[in-house]
Amino acid sequence: MLVLGWLVWDIIENTARNLQKANIAAGYGFLERTAGFGIIQRLVPYTEASSYGRALFIGLLNTLLVAGLGIILATILGFIVGIARLSSNWLISRTAAAYVEILRNIPLLLQLFFWYFVVLRSLPGMREKWTLFDGVHMNIGGLHVPRLVPGEGIWLVIAAVPVAIAAMLVVTRWAHAHQARTGIRPPVGLINTALFIGLPLAAFLATGRPLHIDLPVFNETGPLLRRGFQAGSGMTIIPEFVGLLLALTLYTATFIAEVVRAGIQGVNRGQTEAARSLGLRSGQTLRLVVLPQAMRIIIPPLTNQYLNLTKNSSLAVAIAYPDLVSVGGTVLNQTGQAVEIVSIWMLFYLGLSFLTSAVMGYFNKRVALVER
Amino acid sequence: MSVTTDTFVRDDLLPAKAPPRNTVGVVGWLRQNLFSTPLNGVMTIIILAFIVWTVTPFIRFTLIDAVWTGPDRSVCATATGACWAYVKAYLPQFIYGRYPIGERWRVDLVFVLLLIGLIPMLIPRVPYKALNAIFLIGVFPVVAYILLTGGHHQFVGSLIPSSLMAPSPLRFAVQYAVFSAVILGLLALYARLAGRPISRTTTPAAMILGYIAVILVLVSLDFGLVPVETANWGGLLVTLVVAITGMVAAFPLGILLALGRRSNMPVVSLASTIFIEVWRGVPLITVLFMASVMLPLFLPEGVTFDKLLRALIGVTLFQAAYMAETIRGGLQAIPRGQYEGAMALGLGYWQMMRKIILPQALRIVIPGIVGSFISLFKDTTLVIIIGLYDFLGQIQASANDAKWASPVTGLTGYIFAAMVFWAFCFAMSRYAAFTERRLDRGRR
Repeated sequence: MLVLGWLVWDIIENTARNLQKANIAAGYGFLERTAGFGIIQRLVPYTEASSYGRALFIGLLNTLLVAGLGIILATILGFIVGIARLSSNWLISRTAAAYVEILRNIPLLLQLFFWYFVVLRSLPGMREKWTLFDGVHMNIGGLHVPRLVPGEGIWLVIAAVPVAIAAMLVVTRWAHAHQARTGIRPPVGLINTALFIGLPLAAFLATGRPLHIDLPVFNETGPLLRRGFQAGSGMTIIPEFVGLLLALTLYTATFIAEVVRAGIQGVNRGQTEAARSLGLRSGQTLRLVVLPQAMRIIIPPLTNQYLNLTKNSSLAVAIAYPDLVSVGGTVLNQTGQAVEIVSIWMLFYLGLSFLTSAVMGYFNKRVALVER
Repeated sequence: MSVTTDTFVRDDLLPAKAPPRNTVGVVGWLRQNLFSTPLNGVMTIIILAFIVWTVTPFIRFTLIDAVWTGPDRSVCATATGACWAYVKAYLPQFIYGRYPIGERWRVDLVFVLLLIGLIPMLIPRVPYKALNAIFLIGVFPVVAYILLTGGHHQFVGSLIPSSLMAPSPLRFAVQYAVFSAVILGLLALYARLAGRPISRTTTPAAMILGYIAVILVLVSLDFGLVPVETANWGGLLVTLVVAITGMVAAFPLGILLALGRRSNMPVVSLASTIFIEVWRGVPLITVLFMASVMLPLFLPEGVTFDKLLRALIGVTLFQAAYMAETIRGGLQAIPRGQYEGAMALGLGYWQMMRKIILPQALRIVIPGIVGSFISLFKDTTLVIIIGLYDFLGQIQASANDAKWASPVTGLTGYIFAAMVFWAFCFAMSRYAAFTERRLDRGRR
């Protein structure tokens, strides 16, 4: 204990002396100062005149954006691949296995470099485009998609979504009760889909279509400097974001696929056989019998993968996607406030870890076996 | 009255009929595995088309259209396939970085020693595992360190004021002797107060201090090797140094942390838990940043660590947290009866751990340890971000070299890097699966 205390004291003293020598004032006061550098992707207003604190906040939002989207996409892909690996179709299961074994064993950073420096850099130049489908184009400047411009009354449409979800819950309840009473299951899926799409759509039409689509404008002719996509039209998703999202999704999906496969294989075979002998179709068996039980095994390691994806999103710094670490690195270079920046990073990631664990812990409790 | 019997009893088996034509052979296999239902058939065709669509260009690029030999970029400038000539020209750089050409035999020797130590360790049937482990963990790192850096360190000591004693190796030796004596004295005092035999408490500590002294003497000896700065290291050498040092150094630390987390002493358990959770909660990049920008701040004036050492410290602490959790899993899998049995025999805590619990726990977690090493191996690529040139960094840097720059150079480099990393990681994961199966069989 004494030795440890002395060590800590020594470290603090050294740090204070070194900071003084480098003329750096300790503390978080620097967050108020003007940043003076631009950021290529911002979800909320930011200019070069904004403060360092604002810049870090922009970075934080960017991290959350790429991690959140990555988690959703990786989960979808991971579940598909994980189930495909257990398919009775030899080709499908082998393809899924090959995908998992290849991408899982290559460092994420290398994959990120591949997508960003090779694939996205070989897209057509700024004055050309490559059309994926109507309204969605790609070139070296990024992904150009239509932008949705909300008009007046859009809040009604947005408010219709929770209303629809509430209605869906009511319908599901009623359907269960109806099935228990009469043995006939109403077409819940159909009704719910209709509700989920119909209610917001009705609100949308009723308020006079308060959403207008701003297509990206592309000039093919005219003076050379005016060709290409016009600034201010449509929405441009920067290639750094596309590359990072691709790499994170494809890499993490392999791990999620393995988690899902292990979870499904962890469910006793008797369960599948019993379900089949009750007359459930294979899709129903998977959805109603196997997956709910597999979720118990899947959720804890799945949480880990979500955390890994979030932490791995910090690789953004390698391709200069402005996430928290990348922006923080720039601030660090400008101000030299190493201790403060690193502490902000650590606090953010630790906080996120705890939050994710808490949320997934709640989910886990809900699906866990109730033991008596 | 005659009884006619028309019962018929067959006294031999009928030969089996040939199975239906469409359930055997290639056709049967196809029907069963690829076209069992119409939906399956459609999926098969879609996947097949997808495979052809992705694999054909890859094979064309890497094999058919590839350029295999050539002196410089002119052969690859117009190529539509991989430029393997470039990989061939840069291979030494990819392996050694900027390590002086005349000294590269030292790196080779280290690689060979590593293989000599590692291969028998990995094959379960080879005997003398304990000796082998001592060589790998105790001897090999020291030899490798001396070979790679050149050794011949000048220790001069800094704690005793220069007015009392001029800076010299002797001053360092005196300091070390005083330091060791103080530690041993404190331990003896503690043992005395706790009423334990003094020799049993101090002997392990004395052995550790003696071992460190031997290492210090060895690295300060002049073997006539030219010193090579770590700034000149690069390529696969750096990747392996970071991964293996991180692993070897993190191993004992991980064991201590795992034991600490399960300890009954609240302070120790809390401190270990906080340490583990903090390192596991943050990305490796922030740890590396911290090691590269914050460590220099923590040190007294005049003391500097080189970049590689800073990265190694960061990686080791990070890896130790993950190792601790893996090992804790093993500790928890040991039945309580083992602990109780050991205690009933009168073994002390460390004796119980060393002789009963750890040997069993560590054997269980071998697959987990290999898995954790695979992630560390992949994560070593992140040292690029703090300016070290590992295998990937070296490839990335060389692709822009004017001598070989061409449209396909970058992609070729990445494919080569991917193949090498893949081969390493895949082999290790197969090994982990193999030990897992073996352990499973042993327990059944």
